[in-house]
Amino acid sequence: MTTRPTRRLSALHLYTLLLTAWLILPIAVMILFGFNDVHGKQNFRWEGFTLKWYTHLLAKPDLTIAAINSLTIATLSTAMATALGTPLGLALARHKFRGRATTTAVLFLIIACPELVLGASLLSMFVTFNIPRGYPTILAAHTMVSIAFMTTTVRARAVTLDPSLEEAAEDLGATPWPRFRLITLPLVTPGILAGALLAFVLSIDDFVITNFTSGTTITLPLWIWASTRTGTPPQVNVLGTLIFAAATTLTLLTARRK
Amino acid sequence: MPFSRRLAPYLLVLPGGLWLAVFFVVPVAMMASLSLQTGNLIDGFRQTFHWQNYTDGLSTYGDAFVRSLWYGFLATILCLALAYPAAYWIAFRAGPRKSTYLLLLLIPYFVSFVLRTVAWKLVLTDNGPVLGPLRDHGIVPSDFHVLDTGTAVIAGLTYTYLPFMVLPIYVALERLDPRLIEAAHDLHAGRAATFARVVLPLSLPGVFAGVVMTFVPASSDYVNAEILGGPRNTMIGNVIQAQYFDDGAYPVASALSFTLMAILLAGIFLYARALGTRGILDTTAP
Repeated sequence: MTTRPTRRLSALHLYTLLLTAWLILPIAVMILFGFNDVHGKQNFRWEGFTLKWYTHLLAKPDLTIAAINSLTIATLSTAMATALGTPLGLALARHKFRGRATTTAVLFLIIACPELVLGASLLSMFVTFNIPRGYPTILAAHTMVSIAFMTTTVRARAVTLDPSLEEAAEDLGATPWPRFRLITLPLVTPGILAGALLAFVLSIDDFVITNFTSGTTITLPLWIWASTRTGTPPQVNVLGTLIFAAATTLTLLTARRK
Repeated sequence: MPFSRRLAPYLLVLPGGLWLAVFFVVPVAMMASLSLQTGNLIDGFRQTFHWQNYTDGLSTYGDAFVRSLWYGFLATILCLALAYPAAYWIAFRAGPRKSTYLLLLLIPYFVSFVLRTVAWKLVLTDNGPVLGPLRDHGIVPSDFHVLDTGTAVIAGLTYTYLPFMVLPIYVALERLDPRLIEAAHDLHAGRAATFARVVLPLSLPGVFAGVVMTFVPASSDYVNAEILGGPRNTMIGNVIQAQYFDDGAYPVASALSFTLMAILLAGIFLYARALGTRGILDTTAP
């Protein structure tokens, strides 16, 4: 190899590093300003180092409630989407049935539609039928979106499976349930786990759909949104830092296990 | 086939399918219906097939519509220009560090989207860590702003949706058979010709997926416009939000949402047809 291509390659490498740095910059700022010893309402200027926001993390009860709501909604909607989306994904991958094309089209539309439209249409329905908005409506909306992603990942995994594995189990006398539990389920589990992780992350960070379906119930992104008008307190940075640390650790652990 | 086996797929599909019908299909139908109604919050709304909701909405908020599509377009182009070289380097040159770089690109998603945008406001604010010192030393004039400009919104959108562009391009490049590149070199194609005639065409499905995955959320975003753009750079998302929540003008808000959906979906299909690419799901699924 000549030297010219090598130099050009390292330029691309440097570029990738700079781009990554740009992506990470606001996160570094968020973490840093969680240690900022601010006294007013605005957390914009560095005023010295403190740990007091970590020890006073739960000093704002409504912020704590918002964080708990986000966590429980993400957990429940992920569980529901797993239960409802996994069979849907399996059916689309392995069976021919009436309404298959329609189901595929609906799943595509849910993923392709802007969140704003999903939220606006849900609100339109709730308004039309006079359904009060709150925790249950947020949960229903998040489950709907998560089913779409869950189904897609499970189907992508299930179409790669060799059907002869199940036929072999059948030849060996396995009835449908053991056949599913011992052969099919373990093989599609990576797809289910990937879908569940995606669903959880999308739900806990969702702002737009939640905003349209929340009524007076507050989640963490909604609380942060409301606080931008008066000044976001450092506790938000601390919560963000803790969630960031937990998510990074979890990802590194699962990546290592592979 | 026994009856139970023919019934099986329907039993698998029914629970999830019903959920999607009740919380997606019915809501979209209700939004379409509401967009043609007249009335107000106090007296209620009645179906009158009032098509003027569409013309009124578009004539009043046409500028916000155009601004949204324009900002979304610019952010998408910027994302494409920024993402391609990085995706290329990670796919072909990162070697064992591939997964580390992919993780670094995904790391922003471990922090709440709203909070990331607030952090950008903090970085770019007039007396903040960047503009503060620059102003104090007279490097930029004291009336120089970044926040509350269209540039801030476009930069924010580019930042927010960049990973959506990098990942599909990376997946397409990663799948590319390296023997094709070797074959091009064997046939005396230079680096530029190999890129233009082999690598780029084969990465187009990834580019297509990335463009759709960036343009759709970017043009309907209202968080960046609200936090970074101030009141003079409102996008259609801000308008729809305000119409639903502040004004209770549900029919016009529904008409605007429906129009946005129609424009974006029609755009996706025309774009897919022009490019001759298969469905987005095919290109994004591993």
